[in-house]
Parts: sequence; C-alpha cells; structure tokens
Amino acid sequence: MRVIEISCLEVWREISNYLDDEVTPELKSRMEAHFRTCAHCTAVLDGTRNVIKLVGDGVEYHMPEGFSGRLQQRIKNG
Amino acid sequence: MSAVKPSVEKRETELIRRVCAGDKELFYELVRPYERALFTAAMAILNNPADAEEAAQEAVLKGLAALPKFRGEAKFSTWLIQITINEARLKRRKDRRHLYESLDEPYADDEGDYRPKDLADWREIPLETLQRKELQDALQRAMESLEPKYREVLLLRDVQHLSIQETAQVLGVGVGCVKTRLLRARLRIRDALAPGLDGRWGTGALPFGRVRPW
Repeated sequence: MRVIEISCLEVWREISNYLDDEVTPELKSRMEAHFRTCAHCTAVLDGTRNVIKLVGDGVEYHMPEGFSGRLQQRIKNG
Repeated sequence: MSAVKPSVEKRETELIRRVCAGDKELFYELVRPYERALFTAAMAILNNPADAEEAAQEAVLKGLAALPKFRGEAKFSTWLIQITINEARLKRRKDRRHLYESLDEPYADDEGDYRPKDLADWREIPLETLQRKELQDALQRAMESLEPKYREVLLLRDVQHLSIQETAQVLGVGVGCVKTRLLRARLRIRDALAPGLDGRWGTGALPFGRVRPW
C-alpha cells in the first residue's frame, strides 16, 4: 500500500507532536517516509529534538537562599 | 502519564489526613518534595525570583486552606502546581508593569503556521558542543524573552516533565492548545539559538562544514 505523501508544512505542524509520540500510527508512517527523503525537515526534527533535550537539561532556576525556611515559617504563622 | 509511586501516594494520603486533623505545620512535609516545582511554575509566569517565591508561598497557604476539599482526583503535586499557576497569574495581573501586556488568552492561538528558520544542519553539531556555558546563557535569555504562554508550556512539559494532559489541566486549557503552544515554543527557542550555530558556540572551527540541506 502506498503511503500518502505529506508536505513539509504539514510535517512542521506535527513535528512537536511526533517528538512527544502524540501522532497516529498512520501519520507517523507518512512523516517518517517524508523524513527519509527530505533533508530539510530531518534537520528541523533533529534541531527540535535537541532543543527539548537542551531545555530539559539546561533550564534550572536557582532557588532563592532560605526559600524553605521562609515557607516553613509562613505555614507556621498561618 | 506520569503516575505517583504507591509508596509516595500512601505517605501523602497519611500526611493529608494528619494535617486535616489539625497538625497544620505538617503541611510543609507534604509540600517539601515539590518546592522546586512550585517555584519553577511561578517563575514561568512571573520571571522574577522574589515575586515567584511570594506567589509560591501564597499558593501553599491556599493549598493548606483548601486541603479538606482535595479528593485525590488529580495528583497532589499537579493540584498544588495548578494553585501556584493561578496565584502567579493573579499576581501578574496586579502588577502595574504588566498593565499593557495582553492578559491570559487561553484560547487565542490565531497565528498562522510557524515556519522554522533555515539553519545550518544542526544534526551534525554534537550535543556536547551545544552544552557549553555560552549556550546555557543564551538558552536562559531565550526562555526569558518568550511570551509567557510559550514559556509556561516549555517549563511544565520539557523541564518538569508533566504529561501533556497534566500540563493542560494545570494551565486550564485544552490539550490541543498545549500541543500548538509546545510546537511554537520549541521552534522559537530553536530559532533564538540559531545564530550561534554558525560557529559561535564552538571553541574554534566547527568539526563539520556548514551544510545547506537543500
């Protein structure tokens, strides 16, 4: 059975869902067929995947010094 | 969906019971594992540590007051993060600096398709090269300059690893909305980091030549 082709635009629209494994098996096959032949979209896919990893590993806010103590105090004071 | 470990759930159920029975100070024990999550959620909205801490504290107190009504339909952590997000939004509305910023529009995603910028082939740049201080700083700046509705979903989903359903629940929007915002948020970060990919992130020449894939 021939996989129905999709456009780059459609791929970009679904690329985030693809990385979250939130696409139907049918759409997944179509996208993967597209990636096999489209270097541009493959680059976007890899770049986006890297962003997710980077954000996950890299974004960590510095907790203010004494945060826990102050919170505990506020709970105590009511 | 990220599930709670049975041992954690058991511990929390017991703590909730004891707090509701009168041991208010024990509430801190319930909250303690999620301090960072609450602070991060507040930062997503407020972008300011002092304000975020205040909002987190207010949220915890509100959570304490509302605890008798908590029936365990959601995870305790999700419930508390939701209260924190609401508290942070309330605080942002009160802040006069944001008087002219657009307020939360949970359903207004009326932009057209987002076209990712053409980049040099990122795939060929090893992740290790990407993970340098310069890039970390640029990432932080990129996160701070994102529109709040995009920063929120990135922090909840990609930093705190909430499921898409949990993210939707916490933010009070539909799952479709979360997915659209995640797409735009991730692509915007990618575009924000793009300039460095032409050699600025490396210590010298990139190990691979720039590739235009078309």
